[in-house]
Amino acid sequence: MLRLKNVDVHYGKVHAVRRASLHVRPGEVVALIGGNGAGKTTLLTTISGLVRPSGGEVLFMDAPITRSAPERIVRAGLSHVPEGRHVFKPMSVEDNLLLGSYSRYSMQTRPRVQEDLEDVFALFPVLGERRSQAAGTLSGGEQQMLAIGRALMSRPAMLLLDEPSMGLAPQVVRDIFKLIVRLKAERGLTVLLVEQNARAALKIADRGYVLETGRIVLQGPADELLENRDVQRAYLGRDLDREE
Amino acid sequence: MDLGSLLQYLITGVTVGATYGLTGLGFTIIFNTTGIINFAQGEFVMLGGMLGVAAHAAGVPLPLAVLLAVAAATLAGALMERTFIRPVAKASAVNLIIITIGASILIRGVVMLIFGKDTFALPHFSGMEPIRFLGAAMLPQSLWVLGITLLLLLGLKSFFSRTMWGRGMLACSYDPKAAALMGINVSRMAMASFMISAAVGAAGGVILAPITLTAYDVGILLGLKGFAACILGGLGNPFGAAAGGIILGVLESFGAGLLSSAYKDAITFVILLLLLFVRPTGLFGKGSGERV
Ligand SMILES: Nc1ncnc2c1ncn2[C@@H]1O[C@H](COP(=O)(O)OP(=O)(O)OP(=O)(O)O)[C@@H](O)[C@H]1O
Ligand SMILES: [Mg+2]
Repeated sequence: MLRLKNVDVHYGKVHAVRRASLHVRPGEVVALIGGNGAGKTTLLTTISGLVRPSGGEVLFMDAPITRSAPERIVRAGLSHVPEGRHVFKPMSVEDNLLLGSYSRYSMQTRPRVQEDLEDVFALFPVLGERRSQAAGTLSGGEQQMLAIGRALMSRPAMLLLDEPSMGLAPQVVRDIFKLIVRLKAERGLTVLLVEQNARAALKIADRGYVLETGRIVLQGPADELLENRDVQRAYLGRDLDREE
Repeated sequence: MDLGSLLQYLITGVTVGATYGLTGLGFTIIFNTTGIINFAQGEFVMLGGMLGVAAHAAGVPLPLAVLLAVAAATLAGALMERTFIRPVAKASAVNLIIITIGASILIRGVVMLIFGKDTFALPHFSGMEPIRFLGAAMLPQSLWVLGITLLLLLGLKSFFSRTMWGRGMLACSYDPKAAALMGINVSRMAMASFMISAAVGAAGGVILAPITLTAYDVGILLGLKGFAACILGGLGNPFGAAAGGIILGVLESFGAGLLSSAYKDAITFVILLLLLFVRPTGLFGKGSGERV
């Protein structure tokens, strides 16, 4: 479904992503893990078109999107939930969700957009209760749900999720990860999940990639990565201490 | 001081203030979409008046001349965004402001070269027979000004709160990156905001031109007053800008009537400075920290 071939990204002289190749098959949840500044966010923003790669190729459903504008990429069915959620804070919950459907909104699709809005409220009842409240007044967890709901409003085939658990209480984190599993099972949604919370991400993922200073240094089935000694030492140790 | 003159000052103030309000609204729309303070906003108002005069002088019937003026100014707005703003989209806020000032000088210069430095008048839309009541007189044109201002305000309000395009424009100002991820073409929205602002400004200019007359350089003062209206109402708040404009117009009119017309323009700037010191978020501002 998604394939990156030898992608390089520069910010001026900073070489943030180095010859990264990865692929995600339809219906898969793939985890991308790595430490601070490894280049995870850069990789996702390159896929969604916010950042232009300096080399390599990005294919989505076999079509090149390497230098496409973000709005073309959403329309193609790839929706990005950015790091830090980036909800439109002064706008109402409902307006935020409606903006999620911007890429497919027209007179004809209006009734279906309304249905999808109710779907999102069914998925996240708390958003329904607060539909006319300003998004900035929601808690962190609710804002994360709003950001995910907003991305779903474009009816994506694939979701890019950047650190959805960041800064959230453990119970809320569990809810978010459960939701990802549910979206995969019920809607066949394909997900590329970036996480610092490597253990939780690998537990729900089919496969994983490990990014270190811009390079993909390891890849494989998620359960193998969970058992891998290097991965355990570098990314799971801290989680272990905290959880048990 | 009798009731009739007080009422008269009020009518004059509200009429002129409506145009300040529309100018302020123009500032607000561009600021809300792009974060730019467009100091060429007054030139859009001037273009509305001058192009209306030019079209009418060329034999175009008045209603059509008014529409033509607004349409041409709208095009000028698009052109300005394309040629001045888009190529330097990543420039700092200060540089962008300087660029808009440069654009305003250019627009003024071109208009001066074509039409000269004379002052022009546009015919009143429906005659000059004043409506008299309670010892005051109101020109029919004042009703036109107030009516059209109200219509534009209500139209813009429902545009921004009810249409997907309007929401998309607002989204661009709150978070351009997230807006792009929604599929919004952020740079096209920037152009649209210049077009709408130009249209609103030009409409204000062409409906006021029969009362106050127009010339190539009326945009300077109108732009500053519109900016003051924005600050008065809280930058970024469209209704605040409109209300700020009317308050400003009324204060000016009373100041000119009760003190001396020599102080008319000074009043605006004293208020502007006071406000910037005392309450920079404006009379209707929600305090800072709302927009980040
Ligand atoms: N806009 C930018 N301009 C310049 N350098 C940047 C920019 N964004 C990121 N970088 C640099 O690129 C590298 C990768 O950053 P990136 O944000 O992709 O990492 P990350 O893996 O997402 O980190 P985190 O876990 O902290 O979110 C870092 O060295 C960072 O400093
Ligand atoms: Mg990141």
